[in-house]
Amino acid sequence: MVTASIAANIAARVEPSRVAAVVARNVGALRSGPAYWVVLVSGFFEPLLYLLSIGVGVGALVGDLTVDGQTMSYAQFVAPAMLAVSAMSGALAETTYNFFFKLKYMKTFEAVLATPVRPMEVAVGELLWSVVRGGLYTVIFLGIMVAFGLATPLGALAALPAAMLVGLSFGALGMAVSTLMRGWQDFDLLTTGQFALFLFSGTFSPVQNYPAGVEILIQLTPLYHAVELVRGLAIGVIGPGLLVNVAYLLAMVAASLWFASRRLERLLLE
Amino acid sequence: MADEPLIYARGLVKRFSRKGAEPFTAVDGIDLDVAAGEAFGFLGPNGAGKSSTMRMIGCVSRPTEGELRILGMDPIRDGARIRSRLGVCPQLDNLDPDLTVRENLTTYARYFGLSREVGRRRAAELLEFVQLADRAEGKVDPLSGGMKRRLTIARALVNEPDLVLLDEPTTGLDPQARHLVWERLYQLKQRGATLVLTTHYMDEAEQLCDRLVVMDGGRIVAEGSPRSLIGQYATAEVVELRFADEVDYSAKLEGIGRLDPLPDRLLLYADDGDGAVSEVHRRGLSPSSVLVRRSTLEDVFLHLTGRTLVD
Amino acid sequence: MAYPMAAAVLERELVLYRRLWQASLLGSFVMPVLFLLSIGVGVGAYVGTVEGVSYLAWIVPGVLASTAFQIGVGESTYPVLGDFKWVRAYHAMRATQVMPSDMVLGRQAYLVFRALIAVTVFLVVAALFGGVQSWWAPAALPVAALLTVAVAAPVTAFAASIENDSYFALLFRFFMIPATLFSGVFFPLQQLPEVLRWLGYASPLWHAVELCRAATLGLPTEWPIAVHVAYLLLCAGVGLALAVWRFWVRLGD
Repeated sequence: MVTASIAANIAARVEPSRVAAVVARNVGALRSGPAYWVVLVSGFFEPLLYLLSIGVGVGALVGDLTVDGQTMSYAQFVAPAMLAVSAMSGALAETTYNFFFKLKYMKTFEAVLATPVRPMEVAVGELLWSVVRGGLYTVIFLGIMVAFGLATPLGALAALPAAMLVGLSFGALGMAVSTLMRGWQDFDLLTTGQFALFLFSGTFSPVQNYPAGVEILIQLTPLYHAVELVRGLAIGVIGPGLLVNVAYLLAMVAASLWFASRRLERLLLE
Repeated sequence: MADEPLIYARGLVKRFSRKGAEPFTAVDGIDLDVAAGEAFGFLGPNGAGKSSTMRMIGCVSRPTEGELRILGMDPIRDGARIRSRLGVCPQLDNLDPDLTVRENLTTYARYFGLSREVGRRRAAELLEFVQLADRAEGKVDPLSGGMKRRLTIARALVNEPDLVLLDEPTTGLDPQARHLVWERLYQLKQRGATLVLTTHYMDEAEQLCDRLVVMDGGRIVAEGSPRSLIGQYATAEVVELRFADEVDYSAKLEGIGRLDPLPDRLLLYADDGDGAVSEVHRRGLSPSSVLVRRSTLEDVFLHLTGRTLVD
Repeated sequence: MAYPMAAAVLERELVLYRRLWQASLLGSFVMPVLFLLSIGVGVGAYVGTVEGVSYLAWIVPGVLASTAFQIGVGESTYPVLGDFKWVRAYHAMRATQVMPSDMVLGRQAYLVFRALIAVTVFLVVAALFGGVQSWWAPAALPVAALLTVAVAAPVTAFAASIENDSYFALLFRFFMIPATLFSGVFFPLQQLPEVLRWLGYASPLWHAVELCRAATLGLPTEWPIAVHVAYLLLCAGVGLALAVWRFWVRLGD
């Protein structure tokens, strides 16, 4: 309910054409040099390499795995998690580093805000762009999973919107966090936090194995829900638990957007 | 050895060859002699070859042709030994931003193989000398441009060098900061240090240099003390005339003194400025403004090259 | 003459490190331990044993070597380019009697120092987890030091040759991460197809992992120890020569 009202509130303050203008600026920036393209494209290799190394390489040591009564190969277990991680890091890269750079150094937003575009529209525009970018990674990665026999085409199709939601929610979170950053040194903390999530969110081994306290702690963090959701859909274990994951991620989108727009307003319009 | 100049150059050339481009001659055959205790200057506009010459003297750039000896040694064979006795203040500040003001000096002292003890003592003395003692424990970044330049000068003195090289020591500083730097350099000179500096400010050259060369297009176009250069290439005074209309009055001013027409004014060289002005009025001309001033190195440069120093 | 000047360069790095060491704690000490917990303990529960030892104990030398590897690569990128481009510290040194070889050697000595602290702490933590099974384990320390130079020196040469720092993103993604993942850190190289195995053989990290594994577990190395050491020495030697050459070029005209 709260989520819905916040969403309505946000929708009321956003003019689609002005959001589109913000997205268009990002697309335009893409053409400005090869470096950005290369970084954009190469970002997708990271989870793929992890999939090959851990999923296939370590998978050969692990053999099959039984989770929730379902037996699967280790690669099948790891692949959806890597997809979720890929969506997360793609979106975060866009809304943390790049967003912070634009906010602090390029003064892009100040220039934009001199026009009728409002902070919330900037935020939504930036976010949509990060989702587009994350979606690109997702489609390629799902194609690879199907090719390797790690997901059925149907499972891949089901996982696509889930991965997009993951990108959206982490993009929003990243943006909210960026408005709190004091300088580049804070990014070390962010990187470490991201890395810890990456290692412990049920990505490489089921969380049920962790001590009870740790397991509950992990269940409070976002990547856990992202991994559960994407994995459930990709391997076809559908249950009511997935609705909890979806609700968690939606709430994260709404809360982050609300927070980010308030902070932006304060940072830019004072 | 004692009679040998600190800097001796004959036919010094520096040529840069870049792929796909014509080789560019930055320094085109210059001769130099700088004796101990002198304050010697290179005056010229940007691109005259001053910095390239300084880099060769600082033994960080190889001469393409010609003979160069610094402190009686060969810069190619004995580069490190020579540099150990030089103090260099580069055009671009390269202080360590993550170190404190004091650490910038003590760390640099270690590059000369000085003991920590000596480094600490010199750092303390030099911070007093450049009036930065109260900033000693602070970071470099918050310092003003003038403070940073003074710190860089202090750093150049940490090894008690025989020869101090200053590349554009006051470029980019506001007038007040410039005067503070000049004061320090003047004191150094008084103490008998040998200074070599480049500048495109004629007032800087006049204030600090005993002797200077005027460079243009990689060549030395004149050499001497500031006063002797002015005496040789200019008159004692210069009259600056401006006219309200755009009529060329050169013909009517003929015979009073040498004339240099500039886009916005006319320069009239005369040993007696007031006399020249009376003559101008006597010929029935009425300029909108008249300024009589002492001639400067700027006038020397203008005379030698037909261009002004600072565009 | 050469030695004390390199020491002065090392001293500068240490003065800077005294100010920045807290920032390196997470990357150098916390991350390796997290890695060990997630993969070694978490995944290890499903693996059982590899080559007769627990999976945790098996990856300890791998994570140890890759810690040194990451310090060697990471600390030779932005910091080196920055000291040329933004700080211009190397230009400042060049005006003194410090030679390019001193700059390179001083920096390498500092990185070895950094790697040795991180690796020593990790080794102690790993031992507490029961991941160390041989009294030869301290021999992993000099191996880590050698590996650090074997990767840091060529990367330093690379950093001294470029103008734009976006090349580093490519270095990380196409060199550092693949090298970490396919150098026998997490699974034996023999599991890879023949062609991919050669990537591992070419990677200095794999040779160091083999040596460290021999040290902490007493397992035999894939190739004779002398060959592994020789390869690392070769990388270090060639890398140092390249780095000194690139420093000369960049600090020349």
